[in-house]
Amino acid sequence: MTSVDLAPRRREEFRGTAFVVGAAGLLVIWAVVQTASAGVQQVQVAAVFAIFIAIGEVIRIELPGDREAAPLGAAGALAYALLTTYGPGSMATVQSVWQVVSLTALAALIGALPHVAAGRPTRFDEIARRVLAAAFAAAIFRPLYDGGNGVLGDESLASWVLPLVMVLIVAATGLIDAAVSSLVRADRNRAPYRPTLRDELRALLGIGSAIGATGVLIALAAQVMGWWAIPVFCVPLLLTQFSFRRYASIRATYDQTIEALSRVTEVGGYTVKGHATRVSEISVAVGREMGMAEDDLLDLRYAALMHDLGQLSLAQPIPGGATVMVDAGDQRRIAELGASVIRETGVLDEVADIIERQADPYRRPREHADPTLPVSSRIIKAANAYDDLVGDSLEYGPRLDALERLRLGMAYDFDPRVVETLARIVRKARVPHLSTAPGSQR
Amino acid sequence: MPVRGRIYLATVIAVGAIAVVWAALDMAGDAQAETAVLVLSLVSIAIEHSTPAMRRYGNTNIGVQMTLPISIAAGLIAGPGGAAIVGLVSGLVNMPVSWVKRSFNAANFVLSALAAGFVLLATGADTRVMSGDFDIVVLVDIVLAGSAYVLVNAILIVGVLWAVEVVPPRAVVFGAMLRTAPSHVAYGFLGLMIAVLWPSLGALAAVLVVLPLVVARWAFSQFAREQEAYEATIRTLVQAVETKDHYTRGHSERVAKASVMIARVLAIREDRVTALRYAGILHDVGKLGVPTTILQKTTGLSDDEFASIQKHPLHGMEMLRDIEFLDEAIKGIRHHHERLDGLGYPEGLRGDEIPEFARVIAVADAFDSMTSTRSYRGARTSEDAVLEIERCRGTQFDAVMVDALVQALRKEPWVPTTVEPREGESELPASLDHDDPTVDVVAGRERDR
Repeated sequence: MTSVDLAPRRREEFRGTAFVVGAAGLLVIWAVVQTASAGVQQVQVAAVFAIFIAIGEVIRIELPGDREAAPLGAAGALAYALLTTYGPGSMATVQSVWQVVSLTALAALIGALPHVAAGRPTRFDEIARRVLAAAFAAAIFRPLYDGGNGVLGDESLASWVLPLVMVLIVAATGLIDAAVSSLVRADRNRAPYRPTLRDELRALLGIGSAIGATGVLIALAAQVMGWWAIPVFCVPLLLTQFSFRRYASIRATYDQTIEALSRVTEVGGYTVKGHATRVSEISVAVGREMGMAEDDLLDLRYAALMHDLGQLSLAQPIPGGATVMVDAGDQRRIAELGASVIRETGVLDEVADIIERQADPYRRPREHADPTLPVSSRIIKAANAYDDLVGDSLEYGPRLDALERLRLGMAYDFDPRVVETLARIVRKARVPHLSTAPGSQR
Repeated sequence: MPVRGRIYLATVIAVGAIAVVWAALDMAGDAQAETAVLVLSLVSIAIEHSTPAMRRYGNTNIGVQMTLPISIAAGLIAGPGGAAIVGLVSGLVNMPVSWVKRSFNAANFVLSALAAGFVLLATGADTRVMSGDFDIVVLVDIVLAGSAYVLVNAILIVGVLWAVEVVPPRAVVFGAMLRTAPSHVAYGFLGLMIAVLWPSLGALAAVLVVLPLVVARWAFSQFAREQEAYEATIRTLVQAVETKDHYTRGHSERVAKASVMIARVLAIREDRVTALRYAGILHDVGKLGVPTTILQKTTGLSDDEFASIQKHPLHGMEMLRDIEFLDEAIKGIRHHHERLDGLGYPEGLRGDEIPEFARVIAVADAFDSMTSTRSYRGARTSEDAVLEIERCRGTQFDAVMVDALVQALRKEPWVPTTVEPREGESELPASLDHDDPTVDVVAGRERDR
């Protein structure tokens, strides 16, 4: 970690994570108290689902983009919230909303124990999120069913009504879950809420629909099959989970490889240590603040990490690798060489486009700003200049000097919006951390 | 195609056609069966077209053979006839191949599904499931039906391999088929899921059951895409190294190839072979950290300059150290210039202290260097290179690896790489190759023989 958080965050800033974890915590405490005083209903059914949810938590997975999911656990919690009758005896289930909440939370915490024991970081915000989702589904469905006495307990209903209601509730739960998880994520990444929500909805659509479908299926199948509906109906979701695990692991590997590529120029003595990493951190923070989407942020990050690759073709390294010190023609040549190497991959065209134009000025004298200049290129140009001037210095002074110099170049070299965003980030001491970069798996 | 191949295919297709006619008659008039067959056929078409990328990777774990569970569902809901018709549809839409193959596939699916359907009929699983009067024992029936499907399918496929003489059937049976059979049988449970919920949900049951699988396939296709992107990116990295000296073009790929040949003889586990292949491709990546002027030097190097070249394994390690899955490969890269007698670099490890991958790569590296054109000599023949490597067996190279290479070369001959300078490249400097055991790259020093 080359950059540090200088100043404490100001108090009035909204802490999404604290809010979500706190809300879930209070809810769970209240639910446990209620459940304890009312007594646990239908212990056997509760135990089956508790075991299921706990196992799901044990085999939770990482998703691409620094996300976490416990598909089996989440599906089990949903199924318990949506359960009507259970087993061949058609026993109407009577668990209260509070029992669903306490059971989900306790089972998830038990399932997290092996991870804690193994020293893996446990994200309580993710567990809180899953508890809140189950609580939402239960809060709507349990009163409607009400142990078989509610609207949905009516045996004369058409057979399609119950499944349809379940599907709708699950869909609504998915939306709520995305909203809640965006609160946490926006807080963790220090990003604006709306672009985060958009990214969350997209990222959770796939695995979320698989989880939802499985939850509904288990709730319905448990009507006739009882407990063994769970293992049988989990088979497809296990396959989904397996696929996502592989996807996430190759994404992580890819990410690590791009970082390795960024170190190539350092090892060769062309750039100073940590430069590429810092430029990528700064660029992503600026891009995020400007509301860029996750996919674009990933391209931006890769481009920033590899922005100096073109220097490898130089016969002699630039002193200190600071491209801000060499003339514009050389800067452009380095950018073009780097872009052509990256274009060779055939899979990183967007990244190559960004790198190719990183040295272009924001606008030329007596001309308008070039609309074809990618915003990512403008960000990297500013971040690169900033880091060339500041380096790994932890002092505040050089940062202000660097910003001053960027502001002086604002008329032509740098995009004023980018410089202003960068200044805001520096002022708030929002120095980005590597772990918040999209796609990084740390 | 041999005559017996034609006869075999014609027979299977004819039997399949008869089965289809019987199935159609068997089903006719049963409204529930007809609806079920229609819905399930549509589902299987939808699955087949949901993620076409899947096919190229032939992943057997996720959903390539969705025909089996759909057939089981049809068998439970609509009887053996229904299962056969659904099998027919999946076979016909299955793959963009010739009509002969397509017809054979369809016949194969029809007969396999029919077998599963009859097992379900015989055990009474179909009536029990559809009436909702069943318990966990039904899983046994599903496993039996799935096994029947897999068995008939396997017999027909082995038959075609025998008839067309492309691959020895034994290899297929004991390879892919036996390995994937359990997962295929487990897929049968999906069919049960659809059938159990059919009375209450109808088509929605199929949709909900299939949804997680479609998502799984989507994730898998993303994985496959990333995997391709990854390979492409690694290759680019390697090209960046090789542009520094055009004589070494393709060297990394060839070292990877020779390393894998050695690994196969040593029966190294498949996932480690993958890691070794990457190690081979990336073994010289640290050269990016060596000044170009030294790499391209045409005269003997000074001791300082040679010391700088000797750092390339360490540079390589430094660049790649955070790529977790390359863990073992990185050790191989770091030590690929060690010698068994301890005279190598960077750390002068000896014997078994040198990681296995490094010992493999060392042999592959020297072998490819000698069988490629260098500016100061032509490419040697494979035989000459082997002689040279055998001379260093036990001193520089691990005898096990040398023998493995020799054995591999008997099965798969190695074509020496002759590089003709491309136009405009003839002026490129004639640098000495530090991988070549027959030259001494340090000026004025006798090579120790």
